Amino acid sequence: MQILRLRAAVVFFFLWSFLVLPGVSQGHAFPDHSDPKVGSTVSGSPADVRIWFDGDLEPVFSTIAVQDSGGKRVDKGNGRVNPSTPALLEVSLPRLPAGTYRVIWNVVARDGHRTTGDYTFAIK
Amino acid sequence: MRAVRKSSTIRADEYNGMIKKEAEGRCMFSWLRLSFGIAVLFSLLIPAFSWAHGIAGKRFFPTTFQVDDPFISDEFSILINHIKQSGDEPNKLTAIDIDYSKRILPNFGLEFHEAYLHLDSNGDGSANGWDNLGVGAKWQFLTNAEHETILSIGTDIDIGGTGAHQVSESFSTISPTLFFGKGLGDLPESVNFLRPFAITGAIGPSFPTRSKNVTVNHDTGETDTEHNSTTLTWAFSLQYSLMYLQSFVKDIGLGVPFNRMIVVVEFPMQTNLSRDNKGQTTGSVNPGVVWAGKFMELGIAAEIPINSKSGENVGVLGLIHLFIDDLFPKSIGRPLFQ
Repeated sequence: MQILRLRAAVVFFFLWSFLVLPGVSQGHAFPDHSDPKVGSTVSGSPADVRIWFDGDLEPVFSTIAVQDSGGKRVDKGNGRVNPSTPALLEVSLPRLPAGTYRVIWNVVARDGHRTTGDYTFAIK
Repeated sequence: MRAVRKSSTIRADEYNGMIKKEAEGRCMFSWLRLSFGIAVLFSLLIPAFSWAHGIAGKRFFPTTFQVDDPFISDEFSILINHIKQSGDEPNKLTAIDIDYSKRILPNFGLEFHEAYLHLDSNGDGSANGWDNLGVGAKWQFLTNAEHETILSIGTDIDIGGTGAHQVSESFSTISPTLFFGKGLGDLPESVNFLRPFAITGAIGPSFPTRSKNVTVNHDTGETDTEHNSTTLTWAFSLQYSLMYLQSFVKDIGLGVPFNRMIVVVEFPMQTNLSRDNKGQTTGSVNPGVVWAGKFMELGIAAEIPINSKSGENVGVLGLIHLFIDDLFPKSIGRPLFQ
């Protein structure tokens, strides 16, 4: 009898969780991949930095910036969530000299969960 | 919420003693289990606000197997533990731990846990039943994003007499615990590949509410005294996050599902503090892997006893964990009060 009750409870919870409600939730947004890649070295200055996340972002509360090795901001200040791809955060870059640059992002997923992060890439 | 899940603490000699106890048809405290169910249902119906689980800065701390989380969140998990016990009375133990935690405030919550135990004594019959109901409270009093650090304190009470008599204790156990989590992401970039490492842990004593059990043999009139030990739990996990490596250190081209995996080795230990067997330590080393998706975690690990008192065979641990705060961010996954 106890086993049956346990099984019933578990089955009910899983059905409820996976069949009914996930369709309306988004979860935390974590980066899936980026361009330039995390920790990579690229030849020549990229035109922009783009990070694809594993969930849609809230445009108003999501930011991205690029700094040089001295901590000075070097992007064009037009960071945004791509209107046609809401999981893509991007910012344009001027022509940058060789060096190491840090990308700093701060995003809010559609469900209100905030995640932050940063990574570096180098230009040779 | 408890520092080490109960399934890890059941040894063959203890369990074989339990199985010999005379079974009683119904648990006299079944109302407590009913209350637990009502509390869970009630909490699921009340809307609140959504916050993050297990995150400090860039670090995501996953829920692991037998070492309790250093954070409080809205979560539901099932841990299945199967191990074969050797010795004079060999048996197979399967334990299904069910944990549910609910935030009352953004950094304070309650946790309820139950375990269903099944002992198969190689041709000598079997014993089944619910273990005692556990209720705990945890306060996450420090979250430092820059240094990827989380500290919490909590107390857990296993309420004696609320489980089946064959498999649970008749006395309660109170366990105040300090929990910690520390990511190494603040290491210098010269040691970049060490930055995905993290350590979590818990330390605290467990006090039984009764120092000894005395049983009388009605046939012979002899008494048998069993001392209930005070123990120190010290448990930690070492983690290497491939998610962290891929997202913040270096994209090494890991694909699905490896890009969301965290390699975990747990060390859940208990040291006896009482007179009898003072200083004796039992525990295991649990190497495993956790996959963290958007709404759930899955994990599998081996359970390797550290000495003969802890067991002689390798067990298996399986984890299914749901992020309630991500599944239901606008309703049941939020703290009750902001």
